[in-house]
Amino acid sequence: MSFVLLKPFVLPIDPVRIGITKEEYTMLQMEHVSKVYRTDLVETHALRDFNFNVAEGEFVAVTGPSGSGKTTFLNIAGLLETFSSGTYLLDGEDVSQLSDDARSRIRNQKIGFIFQSFNLIPDLDVFDNVDVPLRYRKMSGDERKRRINRALEMVGLGARRKHLPSQLSGGQQQRVAIARALAGEPRLIFADEPTGNLDSLMARQVLDILEGINEKGTTIVMVTHDPELARRAHRNVHVLDGAITDFKPYEPDPERVDALAASA
Amino acid sequence: MFTYYLRLAWLSIRRNPILTALMVAAIGVGIGACTTTLTVYYLMARDPIPEKSDVLYRVLVDSWDPAEAYYDGDQGTAPPFMMTHQDAVALMRSDIPTHQSAMYRSAFVVESDNPEIAPDTYSARAAYRGFFDMFDMEFVFGGSWDAAADENGELVVVINRALNEDLFDGKDSVGRELKLSGTVFRVAGVVENWNPIPRFYDLNGKFRDSASLIVPFRTAVNLESDINGSVSCWKPEDINSFADFLNSECVWIKFWAQLDSPEQHAAYMDFLNGYSQEQKSLGRFARPIDNRLIDVMDWLKFRKVVSEDNVVLVGLSFLFLVVCLLNTVGLLLAKFIGGASLAGIRRALGASRAALFKQHLVEVGVIGLSGGLLGLVLAALGLKAVRGWFEDFEKITQLDWSMIGLALGLSLLASVAAGLYPTWRVCRIAPARYLKTQ
Repeated sequence: MSFVLLKPFVLPIDPVRIGITKEEYTMLQMEHVSKVYRTDLVETHALRDFNFNVAEGEFVAVTGPSGSGKTTFLNIAGLLETFSSGTYLLDGEDVSQLSDDARSRIRNQKIGFIFQSFNLIPDLDVFDNVDVPLRYRKMSGDERKRRINRALEMVGLGARRKHLPSQLSGGQQQRVAIARALAGEPRLIFADEPTGNLDSLMARQVLDILEGINEKGTTIVMVTHDPELARRAHRNVHVLDGAITDFKPYEPDPERVDALAASA
Repeated sequence: MFTYYLRLAWLSIRRNPILTALMVAAIGVGIGACTTTLTVYYLMARDPIPEKSDVLYRVLVDSWDPAEAYYDGDQGTAPPFMMTHQDAVALMRSDIPTHQSAMYRSAFVVESDNPEIAPDTYSARAAYRGFFDMFDMEFVFGGSWDAAADENGELVVVINRALNEDLFDGKDSVGRELKLSGTVFRVAGVVENWNPIPRFYDLNGKFRDSASLIVPFRTAVNLESDINGSVSCWKPEDINSFADFLNSECVWIKFWAQLDSPEQHAAYMDFLNGYSQEQKSLGRFARPIDNRLIDVMDWLKFRKVVSEDNVVLVGLSFLFLVVCLLNTVGLLLAKFIGGASLAGIRRALGASRAALFKQHLVEVGVIGLSGGLLGLVLAALGLKAVRGWFEDFEKITQLDWSMIGLALGLSLLASVAAGLYPTWRVCRIAPARYLKTQ
């Protein structure tokens, strides 16, 4: 288990193109991406010359102050928004010219989202909330049921299938959102302040789950402004004024390394 | 996915019950108004005998006042809608039509052998035997009387099923005797109840039932039975007896003929023109020859069975529906934009625009059909009110399955039309816009 955890740690960082070496498979590759919001009077550069790579299996934290462009980056990376210029390859596919339908299909099949405010559908119970992305994949009922149950078991909510979101705590709701992201077996999860609305205990539980998911090979990109959370990622990227200003290779938490060594 | 969308529609409706109720009410009121007016229009305007309406002709010959046309209105001039007794009898001698009959409406007091059944007055139609074949009347028992009965004015009668039920408990009454206004008749046949709407062959009481009794024309004339229809006279004449009346220039007899081919039609028109020419030589028919053969639908149109008021009402009701739909568009916009965050979540999770479009259209369809059902209830109430106001409208204020289907189809169509723009709007929303992210 410890080896699985450590595998992403040794990914070398390319000092020129912030990311990994070309020998590794690149899950997300942005080059000179910019996003400009225009009104009649104002032109706002939300992202400028944004260069960013994420290797398959990485757990990357994107940090930065409010308004720095983290969310814009995440929306573009998650194909929720288009960008103004640059190149973006997702899982090897150039997504810049894709139709809306194709972007929806990629979101549905390759990407899982976890939001700060959970974004569950309040009328649907836990089971049906997790079912939402699967519905758009035209899967059989049995297959959907199998995936939903497995995802809920993974986040420890197997007994809460029929509960409405309003009947759950914040942490439980976020675990439902994680289950929803997991049920589609995505290759990439985007988490936007996933613990922002949670107390520290619940935040720790959610992070544990995310780490567990990552250990099994799913790439995770997490936006946060919490340095403590960011420290648990393999790599930190700092965004300021729409551009990456700093990146840090992963520095293992000494306590965690000790703990892992002890367990080994 | 359709059942999934239906479920989502139900959840959405439950989420905004008041807004949904307002939309259902708006569509329901509009559909109710349209269905009410359309039902009346549809029953008034429909072909009452579609299988042969194009070969049945109302026969008009112009025996009217040389100084003034019988009809001079927005459709030009026209000969009398009815004809004199002498013309009717003369025209009946033609063997050109496949079937033909002169006819008029009368009434008899029916006395039964059964002492428990009190004598009562029933409407009657005096006609020739061609009446039955011409209008494809279906016999339950027996058949029409023979040609001799027409010629000799025999005391025979054909009754309808309803009267046969009343008088003979629905049993075969052929050959049974029946006293009509004191005269004993023999039942020749029992016909199925036949009530074409409108009653095209006699538009005097166009939405009323057909007669319960049908007697030979000659018999009714011989008995000087009542004439329960219009009588129009133009010439000052001394009329001191029924015989005088029969020989007068008063018009009161309706005449229908079945002409199956253009050749038959042309031959019969030649016959009518020849007859008119002959009458001219006898000092009658002083007006220019203007004989008419008018088929069923043209006759209904000419007689304006559907009045312009009805057409205007239908138009107004559709305008009202449009107003209701515009309200619905606004309400739908409010509802869908209010739920845009949920649409945003679904888009983020992979729903395509098309999937969201279908989901919202199904919801619109559910609202529309609910509005349609409410509209049917309102239409039923509206038609009941119309029946209360106009006794004659009993038959044209009944919702039939075709109108129910039309109302539901219209409500679905109308709601989908109203929902297209709001649905399009919600599907155009960028998924990120409504996702609270930080």
